Amino acid sequence: MSDKVVVTTTVNGEECEAMVEPRTLLVHMIRESLHLTGTHIGCDTTSCGACTVLLDGKPVKSCTVLAVQANGREVLTVEGLEAADGLSPVQEGFKEEHGLHCGYCTPGMMMTVTALLEENPHPSEDEIRKAISGNLCRCTGYVNIIKAVHYAARKREGAAA
Amino acid sequence: MLPSTFEYVAPTSLDEAVQALAAGAGDAKIMAGGQSLLPMMKLRLASPGTIIDLNGIAGLDTLEEADGMLRIGALVRHSDLEKSELVAERYPIIHDAALHVADPLIRNRGTFCGSLAHGDPAGDWATVAATLGAELHAVGPNGAVVHSAHDFQTSMFETQLGMDQILVEARIPAPKASQGSAYLKVERKVGDYAAAAVGVMVVLDGSTITEASIGLTNVGPLTIHAADAAASLIGKSIDDAAALEEAGRLAAEVSEPSSDLRGPEEYKRDLVRVLTKRALRTAGARAQGKEA
Repeated sequence: MSDKVVVTTTVNGEECEAMVEPRTLLVHMIRESLHLTGTHIGCDTTSCGACTVLLDGKPVKSCTVLAVQANGREVLTVEGLEAADGLSPVQEGFKEEHGLHCGYCTPGMMMTVTALLEENPHPSEDEIRKAISGNLCRCTGYVNIIKAVHYAARKREGAAA
Repeated sequence: MLPSTFEYVAPTSLDEAVQALAAGAGDAKIMAGGQSLLPMMKLRLASPGTIIDLNGIAGLDTLEEADGMLRIGALVRHSDLEKSELVAERYPIIHDAALHVADPLIRNRGTFCGSLAHGDPAGDWATVAATLGAELHAVGPNGAVVHSAHDFQTSMFETQLGMDQILVEARIPAPKASQGSAYLKVERKVGDYAAAAVGVMVVLDGSTITEASIGLTNVGPLTIHAADAAASLIGKSIDDAAALEEAGRLAAEVSEPSSDLRGPEEYKRDLVRVLTKRALRTAGARAQGKEA
């Protein structure tokens, strides 16, 4: 049995500390130590993207990162998307365009899309499809998800103008 | 699913990492991106007693061209290669392959060198590295060791990398004038292994092929070097359709695909023929500056 270690991470802008075993996966630390259950566990085999969070701004599958590897780094989860003035453009887009059916993939989808729009504020449909190709929606609601991303891109542009 | 318990070591220098690996006495594993190793540990296909995480070592994320070589450090992620303008412009085969390794999320973590060291027989990078004649620079307790990408992989998940060695950098010869390359992969869906994939590199003098290299992914036990197919092209024109067809035929002949969910053997063999031809055309156009 390996001894527990302290992991200090900035999660959604706040410094958090957790005692975890080295084998603890980031998703478990987020859900079970930090009690942020918006990040879902889907396949648990690095296939589905339901557990996507941003690690230092990049979308990663948190079921395939060790919690200790987030030590000293910044993590953004779905709970961190909403700003003081309301839903983020991506969240609003998913709501307005009904970019979800059952909602299970939604937190991961929104994290991937948030990172996409940071890097590419005006993605084409093809670029959106490629960007979300690591996030599975088993309701196959991709058409509305793509609409939601376009909505968010327009909303961001409006906010920036 | 959790991996078995292990001791976690996060060295801040290569020396420390080499020492930790030696101390692990065969039961320690190096982790860079962890995108292959962690899933194997979760499925208990691997249960190393010690994990040595390279992510805290500065200087391993080098991606630059220096002294006639492209240097790809142990912490260069697939997505770094995918997004690099230098790579897209000068090493199009790497750019092509990077777009098809796993999925975009995995590409943000997984690394080029880690993938080679992992030694998955169906890995895309083994073909790319061999086709470009990469040198694989490792360090161990006795200092630096250089392996050739061409015969680096010895069998399934087995490479020439010693148990006490760490692969720290891949070095790829910078392209000659009029060199072109391409990687074409057919996959059923994002993140799947290739049904078949082909990597090619050609050097032209005018339109005459003076050098050629062809590698085949996932149509045999390991990456296959289609040496006869490549040799058949020397002295031929890149515009000679019959020569490209013949190279495709020879590549298909040397492939050893097996029938599985990705298709029957005959289909995969024909994929190799067609992809070889197409990849040669693309590489030729790139060598002549006809395609970015």
